[in-house]
Amino acid sequence: MSKSSLKQTLKDLDTKKISIRELNQDYLKRIKENENLNVFIHFSEDNVLKQIDNLENDNSAKKLKGIPIAIKDLFCTKSMPTTAASKILENFNPTYESFVTQKLLDEGSIFVGKTNLDEFAMGSATNTSFFGNTINPLSKENEPLAPGGSSGGSAAAVAADLCLGATGTDTGGSIRQPASFCGVVGIKPTYGLCSRWGIAAFASSLDQAGIFSHNVEDASILLQSIAGFDQRDSTSAKVDIPNYFENLDDDLNGKTVGIPKEYSIDGTPMEISQIWEDAIKVLEKKGVKIKNISLPHTKYALPTYYIIAPAEASSNLARYDGVKYGFRSDEINSLDEMYENTRAQGFGREVKRRILIGTYVLSAGYYDAYYLKAQKVRKLIADDFNKAFKECDFIVTPTAPSAAFPLNEKQNDPIKMYLNDVFTVPASLAGLPGISIPFGKDKNNLPLGIQILGKHFDEQQVFNAAVSLERSYE
Amino acid sequence: MNNLIKGEKHDWEMVIGLEIHAQVKSNSKLFSSSSTKFGSSPNSQVSLVDAAMPGMLPVINKYCVEQAVKTGVGLNAKINNYSVFDRKNYFYADLPQGYQISQYKYPIVGEGKVTIDFKDGTSKDIRIVRLHLEQDAGKSLHDQNPSKTYVDLNRSGVALMEIVSEPDIRTPDEAGMYISKIRSILMYLDTCDGNMQEGSLRADVNISVRKPGDKYGTRCEIKNLNSIKFIKQAINYEAKRQIEILESGGSIEQNTMLFNTSTGKTRPMRNKEEAHDYRYFPDPDLLPLEISKEEIGKIKSSIPELPDELKNKFIETYKLSNYDASVLTAEKQTSDYFNETINSDSELKNHAKIVVNWITSELFSLLNKNNQDLNNSPVSPENLGQLIKLISTNEISGKIAKDVLEDMFSSGKTARQIVDEKDLQQVTDHGEITKVIDEVIAENPKMVEQYLAGKDKLLGFFVGQAMKLTKGKANPKMLNDILKQKLNKKN
Repeated sequence: MSKSSLKQTLKDLDTKKISIRELNQDYLKRIKENENLNVFIHFSEDNVLKQIDNLENDNSAKKLKGIPIAIKDLFCTKSMPTTAASKILENFNPTYESFVTQKLLDEGSIFVGKTNLDEFAMGSATNTSFFGNTINPLSKENEPLAPGGSSGGSAAAVAADLCLGATGTDTGGSIRQPASFCGVVGIKPTYGLCSRWGIAAFASSLDQAGIFSHNVEDASILLQSIAGFDQRDSTSAKVDIPNYFENLDDDLNGKTVGIPKEYSIDGTPMEISQIWEDAIKVLEKKGVKIKNISLPHTKYALPTYYIIAPAEASSNLARYDGVKYGFRSDEINSLDEMYENTRAQGFGREVKRRILIGTYVLSAGYYDAYYLKAQKVRKLIADDFNKAFKECDFIVTPTAPSAAFPLNEKQNDPIKMYLNDVFTVPASLAGLPGISIPFGKDKNNLPLGIQILGKHFDEQQVFNAAVSLERSYE
Repeated sequence: MNNLIKGEKHDWEMVIGLEIHAQVKSNSKLFSSSSTKFGSSPNSQVSLVDAAMPGMLPVINKYCVEQAVKTGVGLNAKINNYSVFDRKNYFYADLPQGYQISQYKYPIVGEGKVTIDFKDGTSKDIRIVRLHLEQDAGKSLHDQNPSKTYVDLNRSGVALMEIVSEPDIRTPDEAGMYISKIRSILMYLDTCDGNMQEGSLRADVNISVRKPGDKYGTRCEIKNLNSIKFIKQAINYEAKRQIEILESGGSIEQNTMLFNTSTGKTRPMRNKEEAHDYRYFPDPDLLPLEISKEEIGKIKSSIPELPDELKNKFIETYKLSNYDASVLTAEKQTSDYFNETINSDSELKNHAKIVVNWITSELFSLLNKNNQDLNNSPVSPENLGQLIKLISTNEISGKIAKDVLEDMFSSGKTARQIVDEKDLQQVTDHGEITKVIDEVIAENPKMVEQYLAGKDKLLGFFVGQAMKLTKGKANPKMLNDILKQKLNKKN
């Protein structure tokens, strides 16, 4: 069966070719057939049926009426529990709806479930979840592959066609890398485009909500729905949100693409270099000027990221202390013991590792050498991009240094795991929008991704370049 | 002035600095819209943000920022156009976020100063290092259950201004005067309600001792004192403790101390090694706070007259002494009361000193005796003005006026009513007074003889007798004059 697009489905619903109930029952069936993938932390058929009932009694026109959407389990939702894939939030039921999910509800979409992720979005393989790994739907039978991470559940949900779109969050590549691993489209917009209100925080200065979808058009429709200013998030941007979908334009004639030389890294597989070259060739054919650019501080991006993100995380996760909500250890004889045991038992290894790193880099005597220096380098990395964007309209790079790897690979080697983010982290540090689209395959026929980066709040240019590449590839 | 205290071996000087925590007067909290009302039932004023639910974000309350700027202006301080909120990280049950949002490197207000006035007419400047905004924590309730601690988050997230002084203070009295002055300025500005009992204003005291001329000694910090009395007690005790250690050859450990209000003693809470590493870093959920010159100008222009300005105005307009004027302006309600009283009758302007005395001694002592406050004084400024007018126009004597004031206080009647009803009007009729004096002289021939023989003291006896006969209403000056005249004639 070929996957139907969001755009086509909206038409079919509009022309009554299919009803909301029929549509969602089709998805419910596939969700139940694919339980082995462990895509969802929370799935309740009753809940979906209830939403269908409600929409059938709702006569108002809504942009995404009846569209099945999967929600990364980092977004707080009123109708479903929210765990952040952590034991410490097991059985946590928010009394409030995140900004992004509220927007989707307002548009009439149906939430099919809460998708799996790395615990508190810390990971690149969706294997640090308290609720077990998610399996990449593209896995061969005897070799389960990682879906990437941290939004691996959402990427897999789209790849396995369990929904027409999914929300994700991206801190250092958590949308783009799993999109690449699962062969779907994933966009992380500019920092501040979508409110962070109601998203359990990992690293506040980097976290950004975004979208997974089957294709670029669908991503442009969905991103439009979740973007917008929110006064409850002080870092939310007051910018006009264009109609990305209406404005899509695949004519790139006269545009300039920047190709950063620092993204040619020793040890990158041939296939990755090959699809990058292929993409450049396609663009050249379309009349795009190719500009070799330099982002000289790229090599510092990964260490910078792995100082700033854990530092913020160590503080953001302090609220999970067993006092107010969530898991509390039974072994308590004092307040200190309650903290120690609750957090020791409630957090997984990777989360603890990052809390320790973050605590260390903020400590007296180390702050200047680590955190302060990282902030300075972050500024240099952002300046690199600002300079580069004076000479080009968008930048094209590979999304990840490899295709999906086997589930248990790299499990015990955090540094190797962190290297997955090498192409995605610089744009995160600079707060820039980036999209990953499937572009080519490796020798095992696994999808590879191309990343397109744009200027701040120039999501339209990112979509235009993406749709142009996508159409030429198809 | 000698501020030194005697030890067994030397004289010692105290070096004191204060960190005052003043709760910002505002309806809602620093980063959430929850109410700040005091005394509500536990956890009834807690938003999702205050409880640090996952995904909740702080949003700055602009009114609190304005209040801090106002206060900065009142402290003659530099207002910073750019300031940053930082996270101060530590774990405690009543700190839901696991960090307090505060300002560390870049506070909203920089260096300033306040002046304190002494009784002898001299004054002294105490320099302010900075003022910054921060969140208050909740409250841990340890006394509700023998084995459990409960947490009340109503106070969690309420805005505080921390005002840090230089170590310019040298005596417990100066410390008391300094905090009174700060309190007074905050209340004039209406940026803090100044209620120390409810904890709206509390202080940490840093104190060390040294031999005069030496460099600063090692200091200890006494935490969380919520009355001027306790501040003075704690300083006295702590200074003595430090001096005893030093004089017996020991050295001071840099400790954080707690003050026990029932024993009047300080005891160590934690030492330097046990001090928290707060891991301050800029809060990534909040943008730096930027305030334009225009905004600061606007706030400046909205500021009411402050105690020092008012004091100078009183000195100039009414020729009051520096000390009288500073007593009058120490609390806004007092200066307001004075203003209303003196403006209730154009005549009173020429009797400002009398007005001050009647407010700060007679009325204050009545209020004190009855445990009442000037704000709800049974005697209105207009009525007090009327009473003083009666004195100044010789309608009643000062002595009778005291009784009238007491009557006004308890009955709520006006001075005029009481004077009329009780027929207390002063007798100023020359003939009437002469008649009474003649009577007294006639009835006491022996006394007159003694007086004339040189026993001058007996004059008081004649005055007393005459006053008795007029029920105290005779104009004292006339009575005196006529009496002397008559007696001298006999000579």
